[in-house]
Amino acid sequence: MAVKRTDPMAYQPGMAMIASDIRDKVLINVDNYDYSKVSARDVEEALKKNHLSLEDYGALLSPAATPYLEEMAKKAIIETRRYFGNSIGLFTPLYIANYCENNCVYCGFNCKNKIRRGKLSRAEMESELEAIAKTGLTEILILTGESRHHSGVEYIGAAVKLAAEYFATVGIEIYPLNADEYAYLKKCGADFVSVYQETYNLDKYQQVHLSGPKRVFPYRFDAQERALMGGMRGVSFGALLGLDDFRKDAFATGLHAFFIQQKYPHAEIGFSTPRLRPFINNANNNPNDVHEQQLLQVMLAYRLLMPFAGITISTRERAGFRDHVIGMVATKISAGVRVGVGGHEQEEKGDEQFEISDPRSVTEVHQMILNRGLQPVYRDYIRV
Amino acid sequence: MRVNGKEMTLGNCQNLLQFLEVNQFDVATLAVARNGEIIPKPTYDTVVLCEEDTLEVVRFVGGG
Amino acid sequence: MTDQLVIGGHPFNSRFILGSGKFSLEIVKAVIENGGAEIVTLALRRANLGGEENILDYIPLNVTLLPNTSGARTAEEAVKIARLAREINCGNFVKVEVIRDSKYLFPDNYETIKATEILAKDGFVVLPYMYPDLNVARDLVSAGAAAVMPLAAPIGSNKGLSTRDFIEILVNEIAVPIIVDAGIGRPSQACEAMEMGVDAVMCNTAVATAKNIPLMARAFGQAIESGRNAYLAGLGRVLTEAEASSPLTGFLED
Repeated sequence: MAVKRTDPMAYQPGMAMIASDIRDKVLINVDNYDYSKVSARDVEEALKKNHLSLEDYGALLSPAATPYLEEMAKKAIIETRRYFGNSIGLFTPLYIANYCENNCVYCGFNCKNKIRRGKLSRAEMESELEAIAKTGLTEILILTGESRHHSGVEYIGAAVKLAAEYFATVGIEIYPLNADEYAYLKKCGADFVSVYQETYNLDKYQQVHLSGPKRVFPYRFDAQERALMGGMRGVSFGALLGLDDFRKDAFATGLHAFFIQQKYPHAEIGFSTPRLRPFINNANNNPNDVHEQQLLQVMLAYRLLMPFAGITISTRERAGFRDHVIGMVATKISAGVRVGVGGHEQEEKGDEQFEISDPRSVTEVHQMILNRGLQPVYRDYIRV
Repeated sequence: MRVNGKEMTLGNCQNLLQFLEVNQFDVATLAVARNGEIIPKPTYDTVVLCEEDTLEVVRFVGGG
Repeated sequence: MTDQLVIGGHPFNSRFILGSGKFSLEIVKAVIENGGAEIVTLALRRANLGGEENILDYIPLNVTLLPNTSGARTAEEAVKIARLAREINCGNFVKVEVIRDSKYLFPDNYETIKATEILAKDGFVVLPYMYPDLNVARDLVSAGAAAVMPLAAPIGSNKGLSTRDFIEILVNEIAVPIIVDAGIGRPSQACEAMEMGVDAVMCNTAVATAKNIPLMARAFGQAIESGRNAYLAGLGRVLTEAEASSPLTGFLED
């Protein structure tokens, strides 16, 4: 039976449109990006430069750059140390709800997946936040699934306010909002917004986001810009590597961040590099052709394009990988991670989004950072 | 009347254009401010001057 | 391959902007032609009575005139000078310079932003002369500047690219043309600026104080073109970095 799908370019009720040319600029450049034409010479030229052009960046993401990974790493470690010194930021995510209205085929929270759903009450949030704060962390990332019904902006705002009492830095990784809603969450105490486009290929995007608000491609694309219009301090970008052509998606992600930074020079820019992971009822979900080598290539290219950007390394990756990329390319690492709802102090109230690969505690990760001659950093700035 | 800081008299001139031509200014390559206000060139022949006016008459010179 | 400089929608083939001060009218034409300049700056001064020689008669008609606002100490004065200049009917380009420091002749960035905003809204193609500061350059672009003109060194000093690192940042970050103005003393310095990626070089004193002025204009024109070609060709860079003792990527699996 054929199901009629909605137009992924059509806004749904309540989604505010903003005037911006960034989407067009990114998509035109991605269309013209043909990594099969890149030569070893192009890669060598890019590696000679102190500032990458967008073409140089494309060269570093190409298959032709694979033999130059070590050279890229040598350049990246210098840049990372130049901008961040020895410091590595530590944080942990707290999932406060996993209700979701989206049907995204690669995600454990997708609304058709039969998992245990739940959300934290105020008292439960408080006990979770308290337990996390006891580990010494001062930065937290609040996450939800996408359900304005079960976890509305007010609910998230209340969580942010509570989190701001325990933590110096509060980030949110929730569904895209309008600029005024971001302004509200900023007032509640949130400073950073992460929204991942997953894939920048519209055809693929509509094949994997079958229904729900997330199906609307342009509304998601403009989320970072709306967050900055709402007064947020920083925004993060990411493609879900392995979902589509990862080289094109990584190219698009870098350009997206690049053009946002040009237009909003005060914004702090962050990257995440999630790969597809197995989840409940889909143990075979995997990152396809994105092996560790390709993942590292993407991270290094991000670093060389934007030496000042924060790059987070996820618990989706194994400890051995994470330990080696911090200081070289990544600047932020999560620890003591639970990806179900709650689970830091209380029993989990809902199932996990995906399987993690690195279950180490804050103390263990802290010690690892020291062992590698780096400095764990718990707070980067104070709120005034 | 003060023109570029010097005292001058209007004489029989009825308007700005006449005044400039009588005093051999090259009208095509200058600009005029009267009492601090820039006068659009097409209106020179309709701007009536009086002896209390202060004119600045400027033109291009070499400059970096 | 056409490599044009585009300012406010107007294309130019030459990247040498010539200042016309400090030399005699008789050689203006020769200097412009020797240097291949397509944009020449001018200043506005009080006209004298009757029959004096006019610089406009010495400038070839295909040259774009860029009146400056020299003498302005505030945004308000700069706006007034620009509007006066426009009444002469020589186009709508203006180089905004607001200077209220008589010792170093540094531009006042704050007043310059204000003047740029007013003039851009008024339909001028505005090229502000500025002290190279990234935030100011961004504000100038937001205010409607068609290009920005950072100084290389104090005006007339012939010291060369004293502000090199800061201009390089503008080259990397600012979308409108970057035109190095002031302080360039030798063709080699103009060439160096062009190699770095600036879009054009303006100079006056260095040409005007040469023994053979038209020949020096030619030297600058060639140096600027040469620097541009070097930039387009892609300079090799020498990186001086320590080698890591063990491979950084040896940990990869799968």
